[in-house]
Amino acid sequence: MDEKVIMRNLDPEVRSHTFEEVALGYNEEEALKEANRCLQCMNPRCVKGCPVNIEIPRFIKAIREHNLEEAYHVILESSSLPAICGRVCPQEKQCEKMCIKGFKGDAIAIGSLERYVADYALEHHLNVMEKKPSIGKKVAIIGSGPSGLTCAGELLKEGVDVTIYESLHKAGGVLTYGIPEFRLPKKIVEDEVENLKAMGANIILNAVVGKTIALEELENTFDDVYIATGAGLPKFLGIPNENANGVFSANEILTRINLMKSYEEDAKTPVKKGKKAIVVGGGNVAMDAARSLKRIGYDVSIVYRRTMEELPARKMEIEHAVEEGIIFDLLKNPKEILIDENYNVRGVKVALMELTDVDESGRRGVKEIPGQTEEIACDTIVVALGTMPNPIATENSDIITDEKGLIIAPEGVTNNPNVYAGGDAVTGAATVILAMEAGKKAASQILQQLKEA
Amino acid sequence: MACYNEYGDDMYKILKNEPIGEKIYLLEVEAPLVVKNCLPGQFVIVMANEDSERIPLTIYDYNRETSILSMIYQVVGSSTLELTKKKESLFSVAGPLGKPSEVVTNIEEYKGKKIVMIGGGVGIAPVYPQAKYFKNHGLSVDIIYGAKNKDLLIILEELKSVCDHLVVVTDDGSNGKQGLVTDALKEYHDYDLCIVMGSTIMMKFVCNLTKELNIKTIASMNPIMVDGTGMCGACRLLVGNEVKFACVDGPEFDGHLVDFDAAIKRMNLYKEEEGRRYLKDLEGDTHSGGCGICGDK
Repeated sequence: MDEKVIMRNLDPEVRSHTFEEVALGYNEEEALKEANRCLQCMNPRCVKGCPVNIEIPRFIKAIREHNLEEAYHVILESSSLPAICGRVCPQEKQCEKMCIKGFKGDAIAIGSLERYVADYALEHHLNVMEKKPSIGKKVAIIGSGPSGLTCAGELLKEGVDVTIYESLHKAGGVLTYGIPEFRLPKKIVEDEVENLKAMGANIILNAVVGKTIALEELENTFDDVYIATGAGLPKFLGIPNENANGVFSANEILTRINLMKSYEEDAKTPVKKGKKAIVVGGGNVAMDAARSLKRIGYDVSIVYRRTMEELPARKMEIEHAVEEGIIFDLLKNPKEILIDENYNVRGVKVALMELTDVDESGRRGVKEIPGQTEEIACDTIVVALGTMPNPIATENSDIITDEKGLIIAPEGVTNNPNVYAGGDAVTGAATVILAMEAGKKAASQILQQLKEA
Repeated sequence: MACYNEYGDDMYKILKNEPIGEKIYLLEVEAPLVVKNCLPGQFVIVMANEDSERIPLTIYDYNRETSILSMIYQVVGSSTLELTKKKESLFSVAGPLGKPSEVVTNIEEYKGKKIVMIGGGVGIAPVYPQAKYFKNHGLSVDIIYGAKNKDLLIILEELKSVCDHLVVVTDDGSNGKQGLVTDALKEYHDYDLCIVMGSTIMMKFVCNLTKELNIKTIASMNPIMVDGTGMCGACRLLVGNEVKFACVDGPEFDGHLVDFDAAIKRMNLYKEEEGRRYLKDLEGDTHSGGCGICGDK
């Protein structure tokens, strides 16, 4: 049987107490074995499945030929952040889903191979992209998350001067504050940011565009602006007592843990260490929050209103969560947060739910079973029901947003022809790779415009 | 344009970081980007070192010519203690954050109105730039300043220079009248607008009183924050039964709509963790337990 080489993971019991990376990556032997499974299709479907169209068969061929530098450069032609994509892209829904081998067996583990190449490159300090001489044009990028970093990389490759404005004290956006260390080591993000700096990127930290500096000022100072501010505003439940002590947004828990390193001994920023946490939601952020809380000592349940089948999180993340002992408490929907006399959470009252027919989104619908509720005891509730774009950058500017606060940018251009926007700020919360795709697209549009000017 | 990056050649240089009262420090930092755009009512978030907590601080003064930002802070725990030790530069200063004061934004509407600003403890620091702004824009303002005792009184001369009347009250009567800010307000209550800044409990009592006296009141809230840009929601408050984020919707709110009791309870969330760390910083490993908060019974 032609089975794929499965990446080794840290033992679930060990890893549920540590923030070390779960997936250990291939060694050389494993990578070669996996690379040799590739059919090297003449008309590769995988490339079409990749949002940034990495020439997958070419880089896999280079791995086979023991030429990892070449493999790295093939990936870099299309992707600016391979070590990150190799880890957090939902490959099973993209390139690997399209792989011809997947129809009769295991698809090629493209993500694992990409990660292998990228990690090798970072470890061996292989040449980063070449910086071209300045073409005398300058672009401001707002936000240093995946979309902003990708756009910066693409522009720097063509000799554009790039200044990135980041509101926090560390670059990386959601890669830094959101995605946990055990899924994406921060060293990887730092290395990718360093690569961009080596290519000449100017990164201004602690700069909240809209507050520290007006968007208008950037519009006046730079040839073009790319808004990649992501979706940073947390949604809450809108049910009684949600301001009680012990109710947190997933963003807050993840920011304290990832950005402020509050899991480390002697950390200066605290994170509340209770006993039993309920995480509300079923997406990747819910998994990240649940697995993070588990690692700092909580018993954790995910409360989700549908069933395992409908969980929107990546399959691998769900599997990892189950292995680590996260309980899935399904078909339940919070109605009220229960508190004690000191305003502390003591539990949550949930309505019991049942599935209904498939709705217009293609998912099973869900409704409350009348009169059926139950109380779940807990001291901590984490809300992971999605995020919305943060309006700060655009609220006092000429840029138009829709009623949900999403920037209106059909084809990547806003109502101001010199201001581009992409990623979660335009689409609402989505994935890292889609944000990167938008960054790449914006860069090519900006380059075209700059050349025409 | 000044550039601050994480390995920066150009960090936030400290010009002054020294005590001006008991456990109260004046911190002056070069922060051109913040100073260029800040207005009274806004705040900043500072970090002493790369691994420090992000501390929200109100702005005491700013000078657009010199790019110097001044802040006044009180040592209340481990992170502010760490801040006192910084002499060369700060790791980061982010801001200005939050919305400028409603009065600053709509200054014309308040011309001719009788305004009182009330500051309690170090809450007096952000009173100063606002009063100064009002004065420079032709508004007149009185200031009521309350503190525990005379050793905690600061910037008295500066305050006098920006208001019509300065009323000082202390808990023990060691300076000014003995009493609370609410006592003083009862005495001179002929105002159209009250702006109150200080501890949450003090603001609660002031707002209760001004509600009775029917004086519109703005309270400057200072809950726990992390990022200060609306990202985490740690600073949420109930204002008129709606959830608001102090960092982006405030920090100033209609004091008669704020649920102060809930806000006070939320302030206690990390007391244990913070207390433990502060004790460790103060006493090192010599602390022998028994204090009730360190976890050693």
